[in-house]
Amino acid sequence: MRPSPARTPFIVRLGSSFDARSWRLIGLFAAFALIAVPVMHLALPADHPLHLSTWFITLVGKILCYAIVAVAMDLIWGYGGILSLGHGLFFALGGYGFGMYLMRQIGRDGSYQSDLPDFMVFLDWKELPWFWIGSDSFLWAVLLVLVVPALIAFVFGYFAFRSRIKGVYFSIITQALTYAAMLLFFRNETGFGGNNGFTDFKRILGHPITAPETRVVLFALSALALIGTLLLARYLVRSKFGRVLTAIRDAESRVMFIGYNPLWYKLCAWTLSAVLCAIAGALYVPQVGIINPSEMSVANSIEIAIWVAVGGRGTLIGPVIGAFLVNLAKSWFTVSFPEYWLFFLGTLFIVATLYLPQGVVGLWARLRAGRRRGEGAAAGTTTAAAAKGAGA
Amino acid sequence: MNAADLPATNGDNPDWDSGTAELGHILMPGQLDLSHKVILYLEDITVSFDGFRALNKLSLTIDAGELRCIIGPNGAGKTTMMDVITGKTRPDEGTVFFGQTIDLTRLSEPEIAHIGVGRKFQKPTIFENHTVFENLELAMKTDKRVWRSLFATLDSAAGDRIAETLQLIRLAADADRLAGLLSHGQKQWLEIGMLLMQEPKLLLLDEPVAGMTDEETERTGELFLSLAGRHSLVVVEHDMAFVKQLGGRVTVLHEGSVLAEGSLEEVQADQRVIEVYLGR
Amino acid sequence: MYTLRSLLAICLLGISCAQAAIDPALLRPLADDDSDRRIAAIAALVEAAPEEAQPVLQAMAGDSLALAGERVVVLGAGGRVFDAASNRELTPPPAGIETIGINNRVRRELASALAALRLFSAEREVRWQAAQEVNQNVDARMLPLLDRALAVEKDPKIRDRLQLAHAQASLGSTDAAVRLAAVKTLGESSDPRVRQLLLPLTEKQGDSWREADSAVRAAAGTSIRSIEQRLAWADNLGRAFTGLSLGSILLLAALGLAITYGVMGVINMAHGELLMVGAYSAWAMQSVFRTHLSGALDWYLLAAIPVGFLSAALVGVLMERIVIRHLYGRPLETLLATWGISLFLMQVARTLFGAQNVEVANPSWMAGGVELLPNLLLPWNRIIIVAFSIAVLIAMWAILNLSRLGMFVRAVTQNRPMAGCVGVPTGRVDTLAFGLGAGIAGLGGVALSQIANVGPDMGQGYIVDSFMVVVLGGVGQLAGAVWAALGLGVFTKFLEGWTGAVVAKIVVLVLIIVFIQKRPQGLFALKGRFVES
Repeated sequence: MRPSPARTPFIVRLGSSFDARSWRLIGLFAAFALIAVPVMHLALPADHPLHLSTWFITLVGKILCYAIVAVAMDLIWGYGGILSLGHGLFFALGGYGFGMYLMRQIGRDGSYQSDLPDFMVFLDWKELPWFWIGSDSFLWAVLLVLVVPALIAFVFGYFAFRSRIKGVYFSIITQALTYAAMLLFFRNETGFGGNNGFTDFKRILGHPITAPETRVVLFALSALALIGTLLLARYLVRSKFGRVLTAIRDAESRVMFIGYNPLWYKLCAWTLSAVLCAIAGALYVPQVGIINPSEMSVANSIEIAIWVAVGGRGTLIGPVIGAFLVNLAKSWFTVSFPEYWLFFLGTLFIVATLYLPQGVVGLWARLRAGRRRGEGAAAGTTTAAAAKGAGA
Repeated sequence: MNAADLPATNGDNPDWDSGTAELGHILMPGQLDLSHKVILYLEDITVSFDGFRALNKLSLTIDAGELRCIIGPNGAGKTTMMDVITGKTRPDEGTVFFGQTIDLTRLSEPEIAHIGVGRKFQKPTIFENHTVFENLELAMKTDKRVWRSLFATLDSAAGDRIAETLQLIRLAADADRLAGLLSHGQKQWLEIGMLLMQEPKLLLLDEPVAGMTDEETERTGELFLSLAGRHSLVVVEHDMAFVKQLGGRVTVLHEGSVLAEGSLEEVQADQRVIEVYLGR
Repeated sequence: MYTLRSLLAICLLGISCAQAAIDPALLRPLADDDSDRRIAAIAALVEAAPEEAQPVLQAMAGDSLALAGERVVVLGAGGRVFDAASNRELTPPPAGIETIGINNRVRRELASALAALRLFSAEREVRWQAAQEVNQNVDARMLPLLDRALAVEKDPKIRDRLQLAHAQASLGSTDAAVRLAAVKTLGESSDPRVRQLLLPLTEKQGDSWREADSAVRAAAGTSIRSIEQRLAWADNLGRAFTGLSLGSILLLAALGLAITYGVMGVINMAHGELLMVGAYSAWAMQSVFRTHLSGALDWYLLAAIPVGFLSAALVGVLMERIVIRHLYGRPLETLLATWGISLFLMQVARTLFGAQNVEVANPSWMAGGVELLPNLLLPWNRIIIVAFSIAVLIAMWAILNLSRLGMFVRAVTQNRPMAGCVGVPTGRVDTLAFGLGAGIAGLGGVALSQIANVGPDMGQGYIVDSFMVVVLGGVGQLAGAVWAALGLGVFTKFLEGWTGAVVAKIVVLVLIIVFIQKRPQGLFALKGRFVES
C-alpha cells in the first residue's frame, strides 16, 4: 500500500477495500439474496418454473453459513498460517448457544408438555441447570453465541500461542480440543441433550420456524452475514494488521525481531475467526433445525479445511467458492451415489493438496494468465488458447 | 551496576545522552541508560544443550557507537550469543544488560526489539510474499500493538523515511516487487534496510555479506562504517577482508568464550588464535 | 470326638469297600413326606457314612431313588433294582415300587451335600472344585463334614478354601466364641463375597443389632476393613494391569506414528486406517483358516501377524509413493492429504467388507486367564497383547538402532542433503521407513482385532489417542512414546475408576492440552539449535 492521505474516515477505507467490479458482484449477490429469493419463493406459485423450493432455500442457506465458516478459517489458515482442526467446535458452540433459545421457545409444545425442554424431562430433571438461566431471552442467546466461543478461543489460543505451539502441533491440539468437547456433549448429564442434541424447534421470536417468511428472513440474514464477514475480512487483510499476520505466517521469528508480538496478532485473528464461526453456527441451526454433538466431530472440522483448500487459500472469494462447490457436490453425491461420496471427498483432499495449491481461484488465475500470454505471443493462436483454457 | 552512584561521564556524542545522563541522573527503568558509554554487557553467560556447552562463561562488553567484529571457527557460539542477546535463548547462568539498567534476560524477543536491538540472521529472513516497500513499512519504528495496526495508515513522513531507506539500500526501483523475487544480495540489503527502519541502538549482524559480490560487500562495508557512531554494530563475519575493511575491534570466540580481543592485526598475531584456526 | 470320627472316616475311605452297608434306618427318612425331615436325613446320612452315601444321594438327585414297601431301593438301567442299603441287586425286583419325588429345596440340599462329599475324592481337581462350590453355599450343618475334610486335606490351596468355608459355616453357630473365631478367620480372606457375608454382622435390624455379641461385632468390623484393604489393593492391581494393557494398545498404535511422525515428520492421519488394515488381515486369515485349515483354526493369529504387517506396509508404501512423497516439508498439506487417504481407505473397507463390524474370535489358547486373587483375573488375551507390544518395541528398537535401514533412516532424518551426498538412497529410505511405520500399525491392528470391534470406522477412534501419545512423548523419541503410552493407559484407567470412562477421557485430553503448554516439546524434549524452525 502506498502512502495514502492520513485520517481517512474508517468507513471510507472500508469501502475502498474492494474495487468497483467486486462491489458490483457483492451488490448483485445482495440483490439476489434480499430481493430475488424472497420474491421467487414467496410470491411465485409453486408450479412456476422460477419458483424456488424450500429445499433450495434450506440448502443454499446452509451453504451460506458454511461459507462464513470457510472465510473465517481462511483468515487464520490462509493468511495466518494456523491450521485449526477444531473450528467445528466454535461453529457448534454458536449453534448450541442459539439452540438453547430455540429450545426454550418450544415452550409447552414439546411431547411432555413441560416448561423444561423434553430431554430434561426425560432425564427426570426438575429445574433448569444454572447455565440455562436467561436462555429464554433472544438477546441473551445472541450474547451467548458471541461471548462463549470468543472466551474459549481466547483462553485456549492465549495459552497455545504463548507457548509457541504452532504448525501441526497446534492442529493436533485443536483436534483434541474439539474431540474432548464432543465427548462432553455426548453425555446426557452435560445438559445439552446428549446424543440427540437439540431439535424439533417450533418458533423463533414468536414466529413459526418453518414458515416460508421466516425461512426467507433467515436466508437473507445468512447472506448479509456472509457479506459482512467478507467486508471485515477484506478490510483486515488489507490493513497493516493483515500484513503483519501474513508476515507471521511466512517468517515468525523475523516478525518478533522487528518488535511485533505475534501472540496478540494471532490471538486476535484466532478469536475473531472463532466468533465468525459461532455466528455462522447460530444462523445454521434454525435453518437446518437440528444441532447435535456430531457437529464437533474431528471429521467435520477437517472438512472445513478442504472447502478452503479447494477454493483457494489466501484469497477471500476462494473459500466461498470452495464451500459451495464441495457442499453442492456433497448433497448431490449423498442423494445419488451415497457410497461414492467418501471416495470423492478423499480424492478431493488428495488432489487439492497435490495439484491445486492455490485452489480453483489459483487455477483460474493461472489459466487466464496463460491465455493472455498466448494472446500476446501470437494473435492468430488466440482461439486455440481460449479453447485450451475453456477445455481445461 | 548502580549507575546513579557513579559520576557519569558526559559523552561527546550528543545522541547518546538524550533523556539520561547528567551528574547524578535518575535511574529510569526500561529506558536505555548509556551513562557509562557501554551499550551491552554480557557477563559469565553459560548456555548448554544436553550437556554440550554452547557458551561457557562468556563475558563481553560493547561500547556505545562501536563497530565490533566477532570471528571464530564454526561452533564457537557466535549465533548462540546473538540468540541470548535477542531473547531467543535464555542463558543458564550469567547476565545480559543493555545499557546500565535494562536486563535483557527478563524481556521477550519483541520487547528487546522494541527497546532498540535489531538483528540480521545468517540466512536472510524477509517477508517473501510482501513487497519490498511493505517489508520496510512493517519494520518501521512505530507502535506495534494490534490495535494500532488495525487502524494504521501511513503518513507522509513515514513514506519519506521508507523512500530514503529504499535509496540507501538501492532498491528504490524494486519497491513494488515481491521480496521473494530479489537476488540473494538484494535480500541481504533489504534485511539491513529493515533493520535500519527499526532505528535500533544496537545492530547484530550475522554474516551480512555472505553471498554478496565483491562490489556489494564493499558497499555494505561503507554503509556499516557510516552507521557506526550513531549506532552500535556487532558483526559476525568469516570474510577477513570485510573485517579488515570495517577496521574496528575484533573479538575471537572459541568454544563458547572469548579467546582474544583487539585490533585485527593484534588478533591475527595472537598465537592461540592461530592455533585454533590452523588446527591443533 | 471329631478326631475320632475323622479317624473312622479315614479308615472307611481307606478300605473303600463298596459292600459296606448303610443302616437302613438312616435311609428310610429320605422317603419321608416332610421335606424338613428329609433334609435332616440327608445330613445325617452324610455324617454317618460319607463314602456310601454318595451313590444313594446321586440316585436321589437323579430321581432314581424309590421306595419298595419299607425298603429304599435304587432303580438301575434296564429295569434292574438295587437295595440302597447294601447296594445288592434285588432279583426278582420287588413289586409296588414308588419313586421318591423331591422338591427344589431338597434338591439344593442334595447338591451341596454331594459337593461336600466330593471333598473326599481322591482327585485333587475334583476336591478343588468341590471346595469352591462349598464356599458358595455353606451352612452350619456342614461343619462336621468340613472338619473331617480339613483333617485329611493336605493341599494348601484347598485347605485355605475349606477353612474359609468352615468359618462361614461357623457364623451360624449359636456359640458366640465360635462365631468370634470364625469372624477372625474370615478376616484373612480377600474374597468380596466374604465381605458381603460379614457386613450384616455390623448392621442393625430395626433397633437391635443383627449380631448380639459386641466382641463379635467389633471383630467383624476389623475383619471387614482388612478385607476391604486387600480388595482395594487387588482392585488397584487390576486397574494397573488394564491400564498397562490399554497402554500397550496405545503403544502399538503409536509406535508406527513414532516412526512416521516422530522420525520422519509426516503427519499421517490415515494411521488409524492402517490399524484397520491390520485388523481386517486378522479377520481374513481367520476366514481362510476356517475354510481351508479348519484343523489349525486356533493358529490363524500367528499367520495374521506377517500378513497384517505386510498388507499394512504395502498400503503405506503405496501412500508414500503416490501422495506423501510430493508433500515433504509441507506438514499441513500432508495432514489434509492423508486425511483424504483415510476417508478413501474407510470407504474401501466398507465396500469390500460391508459397513457392519466383522467378527474376529479369540483363539482358544487366548481364552480364560490367570487368577491372581479371587477378584483379580488377568485375561490371557491382554497378557499376550502386553507381551506382543514389548516384542514389537524391541524389534523396532533393533531395526532402528542396529540395522542398516535404521542407520539410513536416522541419517536422513538428521540431515537429508548430507545423507544424499554420502550415497544414502534417500527416496528409497523414505519409502521403506514409511512402510515400516505402516507395518507396525498393521501389527497393532492385528492385536486390536483380539480385543476390540473390527469395522470400517475402527481407525478413527485411535487417531486422536495415538497422536496424543506422540505429542506427549515428544517427537523423535521411542522412549518418549513408550512412557507416554503406558502413562496415559494407566492414568486413564485409574481415572476411570472414579469418574467414569467419558469424563476420564475428557480430563486426560484437557490435561494433555495443559501439559503441552508447559512443555511444548513433550516429555522427552530434544534441546538445541535444531529444535526451532
